[in-house]
Amino acid sequence: MANSITAAGDTPVPAKRRKVVSRRRRKVQDALIAYSFIAPNFLGFAVFTLGPILFAFVLAFMHWDGSNAMTFAGLDNFWRLFEDKAFKDAFWNTIIYTVVSVPATLACALGLAILLNQKILGRDFFRTAMFFPYVASLVAVAVVWNMIFNPEMGPVNMILYTLGLDPKNMPGWAADRHWAMVTVILFGVWKSMGYFMVIYLAGLQGINSELYEAADLDGANAWQKFLYVTVPQLGPTTFFVTVMLTIQSFKVFDQIYMITQGGPGTSTLVLVYHIYNEAFISWDLGYSSMIALVLFFLVLAVTVVQFRRQKED
Amino acid sequence: MRIAGQKLTGKLAAIYATVILITIVMLLPFAWMLSASLKLSSEVFVFPIEWIPSNPQWQNYVDIWTKIPLALFIYNTSKLTIIVTLLQLFTSSFAAYAFAKLHFPYKNALFLGYIATIAMPWQVYMVPQFLLMREFGLNNTHLALICLQAFTAFGVFLMRQFYMSIPTELCEAARIDGMNEYQIWAKIMLPLSKPALSTLTIFTFVTTWNDFLGPMIYLTKTELKTIQIGLRMFISQYSAEYGLIMAASVVALIPVLIVFLSLQRFFVEGVASSGIKG
Repeated sequence: MANSITAAGDTPVPAKRRKVVSRRRRKVQDALIAYSFIAPNFLGFAVFTLGPILFAFVLAFMHWDGSNAMTFAGLDNFWRLFEDKAFKDAFWNTIIYTVVSVPATLACALGLAILLNQKILGRDFFRTAMFFPYVASLVAVAVVWNMIFNPEMGPVNMILYTLGLDPKNMPGWAADRHWAMVTVILFGVWKSMGYFMVIYLAGLQGINSELYEAADLDGANAWQKFLYVTVPQLGPTTFFVTVMLTIQSFKVFDQIYMITQGGPGTSTLVLVYHIYNEAFISWDLGYSSMIALVLFFLVLAVTVVQFRRQKED
Repeated sequence: MRIAGQKLTGKLAAIYATVILITIVMLLPFAWMLSASLKLSSEVFVFPIEWIPSNPQWQNYVDIWTKIPLALFIYNTSKLTIIVTLLQLFTSSFAAYAFAKLHFPYKNALFLGYIATIAMPWQVYMVPQFLLMREFGLNNTHLALICLQAFTAFGVFLMRQFYMSIPTELCEAARIDGMNEYQIWAKIMLPLSKPALSTLTIFTFVTTWNDFLGPMIYLTKTELKTIQIGLRMFISQYSAEYGLIMAASVVALIPVLIVFLSLQRFFVEGVASSGIKG
């Protein structure tokens, strides 16, 4: 390459050849300019994201405490998953969290979107109000949540008490192993439904109004219109929301750390919490990476389903 | 009676009642927070709830600044958020221009590298990433958090999708006029991509400002802490000072509230368009 460029400059060459050479030089120059655009982001991305991702796959098959020498572990970490009761709890709690919170959030978001798609006064205010919990600082709202749901003094149980609920049957919320998951899920639904409502609103606005007019002519009532026009027309949106929610639920951590610390016992321990504990509390880095791979394959499975579905459409 | 040009029917009244009721439930925790922030700790849990404190403790809002270095935490968070957001905007839009409008070898392979990681949860590689940063001597520095948040696949992807919708003829015309690629990016693409830049700004701002797990892993020195983990530290140290905790929480919410309210139009559009494109 370099030779041909000097050749082009030094000795007279036929016009056709000169053209080829300068075109080639032009191409190299274009590529260099393009790479200069990508470089600032790509270098950071390669070092701080791609590198660690590759390292995660290696680390899962190693024993390492972060200070002594790393040793090869083979499948040790993998077999350990099956003996680790905390992992089993974390896995199933993550699944339970997902299976309950995804449909709950979806239903609330859709309901809100339909309500706030009506022409009503102050619609923008209501939409903003519903959305606000999503952007609000998690630490701040989680501490309020804990106070409101405080089993002894919190206003929620006080209201239940005035409504005549027996103090012995009062839910213990975050402090009770049967209610802790409910508390965390309620919080998650409350915090994120506004976000998905906005996505649904965009979906609703994309529905052709003629479909509703046709349904009116056929004498459909509101419920039938919802079932036979709105729901099918929102299919792609619902699918997108389901995928996003599922991935978000698989990686839930912050709210659990702040509301229940994974407890009582292991009743709200989830996968990311277990990764965190194994890595930064026990310094069992290889094993924590193996748990991270489980999370990775869960998310991958959902993504593959999404990809297939998108190809079909 | 007519509201918003519609006759007030039973159905409309029911809609209003439902919407107002849900809004109250959604905002109740914030109202409770605000009310409790002006009470003595002993009054916070008094029932029935006294929504407007008869004896407001404005002193709570004075005390929090001295009990914990709240101003320092806010400064740290603002610094991180601003640097990360600027870096994110610059590097993402810069790289996205090449992916959308230029031709070069390995373009698809490089872009695939971004796409493949976009759905990868950060929690999968947070441990190796921490070990790498420690190797670089970056734990307990703000630089670590900047490095891990400023170069996201999401940013490049979002900007590229937007640039794809800008006609290529526009770039070609500019080239004929003698502009080089950097000028095209700065003078044509950037001004046209305000909606996408606003969306990315808001997403990055909110994510960085509210990030919890990242700062918790990397920052153990009090003087480096962000508002989120600083607030968390305060909560565990003064767990019975309910009034003060609520006042600090209100202060932590205010910057996000301001950014959100001033840019909410873009925010809603951004979320909506991310949903449509899938």
